[in-house]
Amino acid sequence: MKGMWLRQILSVLRLELKKTALSKRGWWVYILALMPVVLTLLHWLFELRRSHGHHSLGDDSVVFAGIFLFFYLRGAIFFGCMGIFSNLFRGEMLEKTLHYYYLTPMRRELLVAGKYLSGLSVAMVVFVGSTAASFLMIGRHFGAAWTDYLVHGPGLGQLGSYMLVAALACVGYGAVFLMCGLLFKNPMIPAAVVFVWENLNPFLPTLLKKISVIFYLKSLCPVEVPVPPPFSVMVIDADPTPAWIAVPGLLAVSAIVLVYAAICARQSEISYGE
Amino acid sequence: MSESLITFASVSKFYGEVLGINKVNLSIPPGITSLVGPNGSGKTTLMNLMTGLIRPTQGEIRVLGIAPEHPEQLCRIIGYCAQFDAFPKGLTGRQFIYWFLRIHGMSPAECDQRTEAALEKVGMTEAANRHVAAYSKGMRQRIKLAQAIAHDPQVLVLDEPLNGLDPMARAETIALFQEWGAKGRYVLVSSHILHEVDRISDQVILLSHGYVVAEGQIQGVRNEVKEQPMQILVRCDHPHVLAARLFEQDHVVEAKISTDRKGLLLRTTDADSFYLLLNRVVLDSGLEVESVAPADDDVNSVYQYLIGGEGGTV
Ligand SMILES: Nc1ncnc2c1ncn2[C@@H]1O[C@H](COP(=O)(O)OP(=O)(O)O)[C@@H](O)[C@H]1O
Ligand SMILES: [Mg+2]
Repeated sequence: MKGMWLRQILSVLRLELKKTALSKRGWWVYILALMPVVLTLLHWLFELRRSHGHHSLGDDSVVFAGIFLFFYLRGAIFFGCMGIFSNLFRGEMLEKTLHYYYLTPMRRELLVAGKYLSGLSVAMVVFVGSTAASFLMIGRHFGAAWTDYLVHGPGLGQLGSYMLVAALACVGYGAVFLMCGLLFKNPMIPAAVVFVWENLNPFLPTLLKKISVIFYLKSLCPVEVPVPPPFSVMVIDADPTPAWIAVPGLLAVSAIVLVYAAICARQSEISYGE
Repeated sequence: MSESLITFASVSKFYGEVLGINKVNLSIPPGITSLVGPNGSGKTTLMNLMTGLIRPTQGEIRVLGIAPEHPEQLCRIIGYCAQFDAFPKGLTGRQFIYWFLRIHGMSPAECDQRTEAALEKVGMTEAANRHVAAYSKGMRQRIKLAQAIAHDPQVLVLDEPLNGLDPMARAETIALFQEWGAKGRYVLVSSHILHEVDRISDQVILLSHGYVVAEGQIQGVRNEVKEQPMQILVRCDHPHVLAARLFEQDHVVEAKISTDRKGLLLRTTDADSFYLLLNRVVLDSGLEVESVAPADDDVNSVYQYLIGGEGGTV
């Protein structure tokens, strides 16, 4: 019976990936992921032309921390996951194709798992790849110093952390948006609510902070981004969460959301509208 | 609950305020059962309920003892050719069937073999490598049929399967139902045209506005209707003379003169008395009768009577 489950999940995963590869709908997700890579590439080319650099290697690492927090976590990965995951079910409702799956003898919970895994593999390749590429590019223009920073300094460790955080972001936001797509006719509204909630996070009391994705991700980021003055007073500092809590914490939040999504899927009906 | 029947126990389905079906009680035995009713009468609702795509607002459904809330059991024994006409993007006809079977959990080799068998059965082997998106209506209908039978289910549910098929494909498809029914399996076919399916059906279920209005073997349904007022069509030269005499009778419920003023359609609760009366009128007034035919003989008119009749013979 266990073998059957696995076979069914893998079949859904493969079919979903095949459909993703054939579909033109999600093109903007790739553009989103390419943007920072292009930007850091231009930064490198631009700095190469300059006779002497105006900033230090440390500056670049803080700049990257900013790009990562504001562009990746709050922007590209958030919206990319929204595009990818909220369409897993909603998209098939709109295209009137969901009954294809619902007429197979597959537990709906497993369908949720299979679809989630397919979304996750796409999101991870795209965003973890993009994170790594732009990180490696941002200090390129320092030449040997950058290589040294990577190999002998904290560089590789930071790269690893960023990739881990990007991957966890896909895990967390993926789960949240998959559920939105299952529960809501128009996932834009819950997405907006999630967006506001995630961005209010620094100002929330400690207990509420923990019901979010960004809270765990931020405490895992290797380089801290300084908070600009007008906001810094309003920020409520929770105790910095150690990684051994942050990682399981985020996985737990995602798992709860996914279990809830699975329950919803079990009760959901095919309703394509008249 | 029987393990050998498809049962509906007081099943209702409301879409918000809109009635889908109401208080439906059914026990469907093996063989070919047709579900007949005009558009909007609840055929698709009934089939979607039976296949677990939607849930009843009230009541209980069992398909050979299995509740539709358990797709992991139900979808092994049921195949559904739905009315939905959309297909997963980018797939060819062959992939459409193949992946459906893969998600059942079958091995690739078994999927290949069953896919070919199903394609062969509906005559789609030639076109199997083309994208479903490029198929004609008839081809889409056939590939959906192939999907419904690919896993060799005990129960076959087909929503208006003959729609969009040319006469040739129609005959082949009907032969397929009959083959399936003859194996002692369950075939449910819906149609809004009774004469399209009445000849092949072991039993019919007539639906109207979400209610089951008649159910049983086709002969039984006819008899059930016979207890109701019967329709008789008389073609003659002076129908109004006849009509005037008819209105004196208690058993005549309704009489309508046709637009060409050469026919009279009437409903009577006592056909024998009517025939006696007709003879007397012919003798008394020299009425020239061209034909007298019970309009109910044809099941189509039974159906139109039950459904409240669009069209009709007059
Ligand atoms: N998804 C839906 N939402 C709202 N009303 C629906 C929906 N599906 C069917 N209906 C309504 O339910 C009734 C029965 O429809 P349906 O089962 O499709 O009938 P049929 O298949 O016999 O044409 C109709 O009045 C139809 O408008
Ligand atoms: Mg219908």
